[in-house]
Amino acid sequence: MSALLDILASASFWAAAVRIATPLLFGVLGALICERAGVLNLGIEGIFTAGALAGWLTVYLGGSLWLGVLVAALTGAGFGLLHALLTVPLGLSQHVTGIGITLLATSTAYFGYRVALPTVASPPRIEPFAPLSIPGLSDLPFLGPVLFQQTALTYLALFLFALSAYVLARTPLGLALRAAGENPAAVEAQGLDVHRLRIGAVVAGSALMALGGAFLTMAAFNAFFFEMTNGRGWICIALTVFASWRPGKALVGALLFGAFDAFQVRLQTVAGGLVPGQVFLMLPYLLSILALVLVARRADYPKALMVPYIKGQR
Amino acid sequence: MTLSSTPVPLLALEGITKRFGPLVANDRVSLTLGRGEILALLGENGAGKTTLMNILFGHYVADEGTIQVADQAGVLHLLPSGQPRAALAAGIGMVHQHFALAESLTVIENVVLGTRPVWRPTLRLGAAREALGRLMAESGLTVSPEARVAELSVGEKQRVELLKVLYRGARVLVLDEPTAVLTPQEAEGLFKVLRRLAAAGLGVIFISHKLGEVLALADRVAVLRGGQKVAERPVAGADRAMLAGLMVGRAVAQSRREPRDPGRPLLELKGASARGTQGTGLVEASLTVREGEIVGVAGVSGNGQGALAALVAGTAPPTAGRLLLNGAELRRTSPAARVAAGVARVPEDRHREGIVGSLSIAENLALETLDRSETRRFGFLRRGALRRRAQAVIAAYDVRCPGPDAPIRQLSGGNIQKLILARGLERNPALILANQPTRGLDVGATADVHRRLLEARRRGAGVLLISEDLDELFALSDRIAVIAGGRLSPPEPTDELTLERVGLLMAGQRAEAA
Amino acid sequence: MIRFETRTTPSPALRAAAPVLAAAAALGLALVPLALAGAPLGRALVLLVQGAAGSSFALAETLTRATPLILTGLAAALAFRAKLYNIGAEGQLYAGALAAVTVGSGAVQGPPLLLVPLVLAAAALAGALLMLGPALLKVRLGVDEVVTTLLLNFVVLLFVQLMLEGPLKDPMGGGWPQSEPILDAAALPPLVERLRLHAGLLVGLVTVVLAHVLVARTVVGLKIRAVGENAAAAAYAGIGVTRITLLVAALSGGAAGLAGASEVAGLKGYLTADLSRGFGYSGIVVAMLAGLQPLAVVPAAIFIAGLFVGADTMSRTLGVSNYIADLIVALALLCVLVGGLALRYRVRWR
Repeated sequence: MSALLDILASASFWAAAVRIATPLLFGVLGALICERAGVLNLGIEGIFTAGALAGWLTVYLGGSLWLGVLVAALTGAGFGLLHALLTVPLGLSQHVTGIGITLLATSTAYFGYRVALPTVASPPRIEPFAPLSIPGLSDLPFLGPVLFQQTALTYLALFLFALSAYVLARTPLGLALRAAGENPAAVEAQGLDVHRLRIGAVVAGSALMALGGAFLTMAAFNAFFFEMTNGRGWICIALTVFASWRPGKALVGALLFGAFDAFQVRLQTVAGGLVPGQVFLMLPYLLSILALVLVARRADYPKALMVPYIKGQR
Repeated sequence: MTLSSTPVPLLALEGITKRFGPLVANDRVSLTLGRGEILALLGENGAGKTTLMNILFGHYVADEGTIQVADQAGVLHLLPSGQPRAALAAGIGMVHQHFALAESLTVIENVVLGTRPVWRPTLRLGAAREALGRLMAESGLTVSPEARVAELSVGEKQRVELLKVLYRGARVLVLDEPTAVLTPQEAEGLFKVLRRLAAAGLGVIFISHKLGEVLALADRVAVLRGGQKVAERPVAGADRAMLAGLMVGRAVAQSRREPRDPGRPLLELKGASARGTQGTGLVEASLTVREGEIVGVAGVSGNGQGALAALVAGTAPPTAGRLLLNGAELRRTSPAARVAAGVARVPEDRHREGIVGSLSIAENLALETLDRSETRRFGFLRRGALRRRAQAVIAAYDVRCPGPDAPIRQLSGGNIQKLILARGLERNPALILANQPTRGLDVGATADVHRRLLEARRRGAGVLLISEDLDELFALSDRIAVIAGGRLSPPEPTDELTLERVGLLMAGQRAEAA
Repeated sequence: MIRFETRTTPSPALRAAAPVLAAAAALGLALVPLALAGAPLGRALVLLVQGAAGSSFALAETLTRATPLILTGLAAALAFRAKLYNIGAEGQLYAGALAAVTVGSGAVQGPPLLLVPLVLAAAALAGALLMLGPALLKVRLGVDEVVTTLLLNFVVLLFVQLMLEGPLKDPMGGGWPQSEPILDAAALPPLVERLRLHAGLLVGLVTVVLAHVLVARTVVGLKIRAVGENAAAAAYAGIGVTRITLLVAALSGGAAGLAGASEVAGLKGYLTADLSRGFGYSGIVVAMLAGLQPLAVVPAAIFIAGLFVGADTMSRTLGVSNYIADLIVALALLCVLVGGLALRYRVRWR
């Protein structure tokens, strides 16, 4: 028992939690932005994978890390644009289109990987983002190592969270996006273009999802593996529901999830002999389902989520 | 029509034509509106009123014709077509029949939505609140700016819609059937506000199919029929009969209720309560419908009609009280049990609850009786029997359709309603629940529904008729009850009721106060 | 200017042509990545077709690959028809396979006439039960079934790995995580000597015909169609929407479970954790290409299977990754969605 408490009290555990949570932070924020504007983006799982490959490949081919981040974001934005064009002006089923985008983005990434590296057996590594100590803050007891000795991508995720929360709550753009997810007719009646707003939200949100993938190859595993996304995208969709589409709750939810994941990894080393490893690996997925069940009764959906808006048809 | 009849033109529509496939929704319609003028646009459902206004507002693009709007200096400019933003910028504001409000946002958020360029870093809600406060004081429309729209009453939501339009500095105000959701007294309040706004120089276009309101409010009336403007004249000197003739354009045989002595009690509600799927539930309602009697239920929409209908239709259980049919208590809550007990049901929203669009006419007719031997054999559909049954109904009810195997969604609203009625009436039901049976139908289809209900009454069936159309209720009902805030007033004989009294009851005033 | 006009009833010919055109469009679009990969396009297409249908051996391979796709495609078609988005056919397939080896690898002894139906029933039941969970969460609590079925796929696969490393591990398997082999008496026999094509194909075809009769000709089928198209109207008419939804969930999961049994008892002979090559996900594409019509699932599955088998051949000869098949399948899904929209509208230029 005391071993467990030691884990929870250690700064290295919480630093790992924040690190593990980072891709989820990107993904959950991306999903939240799409859904607040009224579009479910189930392309997330594939966009994660495509972003992971795009970022990694850019660096592997000689580009800088930040160029890799940019290419990953653009890749995500591209798949997002495709999803948006199919679901917003064409009004196709968001469920089925999203699955299609996931299949397309994943197979494009795998095919692209095989085109770039036809014969490599073990995935080559790149020099990843290194932890960056924030002068002054990183020396704080406990909080320093947990929050201020992370990689630049983690700082970027936290900054984008704060920025998005502000934009959604306090700016005309955020108000318009929220209204587009609640009642698109209200937005159109006020002279704003619902389709443009929704397309923009899906493109931006998808770029963020791709950054979540890029974190995996550029700051966590330093290489591209098949099936490395491993359901993280779906977990982000569940976390978004769990957070009732609120940025603050989504941040807490993703960090809690990261903490849980970090905890189960450490638990495996403590209790690994007694319980098969697969049981621990199942826990994140089961926890996601549990989270959905817990909020099911009081989920406050954006009213127009998954409802296509067709102009002039009221 | 010359411009000289209107003082200072604010708006001029010229030769507007709009086609949807073979249907001509607007046929060379021209209209002008002057400063300070209230123009009524009168026409029955499907006459093209809403289409015309959607073109004005840029939701649709006209196939032919132009729209000109005056600027502040009074000079007319051509309005670019198909751009709601341009219409808004030109000072045209529209209050739709179905409110365009984001329910989970606050009043002030709804008002400022779209009024500031989207890329600005702040909303400036403080300044907006002040401006809105001034507007409320000037117009007499008050509502709390911080309230979430979902928490407001229907009347308050309409005020928000008006404030939104005024906040943008509209000079032309278009209202589409604004009184459909109001009590007669609330409507009178709205008219006062509109007159005040017109006096301040706004031009108002008031879309309606209610003759009384047009006569009470408007300065001028334009009548649309079948997409064409058939008349335009000052309201002064016009009367109901004349406007009705213009609007309908043909003599419609009005069904008359023959006197008839009601028989035994059929449906009895005794202190019955039920939850509504959305909004107001039903609170301790008591009501008796007897054989050969039509009992009408009047009320502003959303006052518990849904819960009352669900209770009788078997889709919601009573949470208190009792429900009897033919003296026996209805214990099981299920649509199948109601159908078996001899209740025919006409749902409020025929497209949402009445039919399954992709299924054939024959299959839709069988939908309520799927577990009976006339429909199935060893679990298989008796397709031949279903088709023969559909053919008989199509002939008996004069349904215009390609045949019994056609998907039902291809049919017009009137024909769909005939099939829904037939589905229930075919089995000679003891009781008929008709919830808004003529909503959205044209005059011919409406008369047909009325005729069927009166026929059933003659045959001895009881009818519970829930409607928002007071004319319909007064024409068909033997007795009328009023529902307000989920409470049902005791039914009173129609001959002893006045419109004013029903209006007061609709506003929720108890019988003793009226 | 382009104008769209709605078309109330597309002609049957148009309806049949739409998925064919969508498939052709997907193949056309796939030429871009093929060209980028430096493949000679003409030869690549020829190899693709030859690999899929160029010989009786190739055709048999395609039909073998189509077998699980027919069943997972049917699973998706049945569920989607009732607006139940079951994306968990992959997991249900593994659940079925797990049940099949549990029952069929020695736990029960008997003649084939007893064992084969028992194995199939166990697999269908396992798949059905697995799908009932998300369906219950949907009808009782309103939890979106897409996310729950997707997440369960991962859980089930981990559970299979756990079982293959533990209780179900074959002691004679040389340390590999694989199950004991299916008994000969429980196996689905080969259909043709010396080819891999097996009786699982017949299981798939019979299931499809039964599903077609159910949906098109029975009262339950009419209820399923009514619930899928307009649940509110179905409920108002007195149809038990919840019961129908759960029934569809069970049928859908059951079909996917059968796919698992067919792969284990017909093709592989034992269970490994890489039994399915994304058959559950490809089944969604099959269903959409089939327009959610049970009978049309068969040609759609054969087309998709042909792509995978042909791409293997092309990949071996040209050195282009066989992931091109996955890419074409994904493109086909998006193309058929757009094609379905084109069916509803008539595009007019003026």
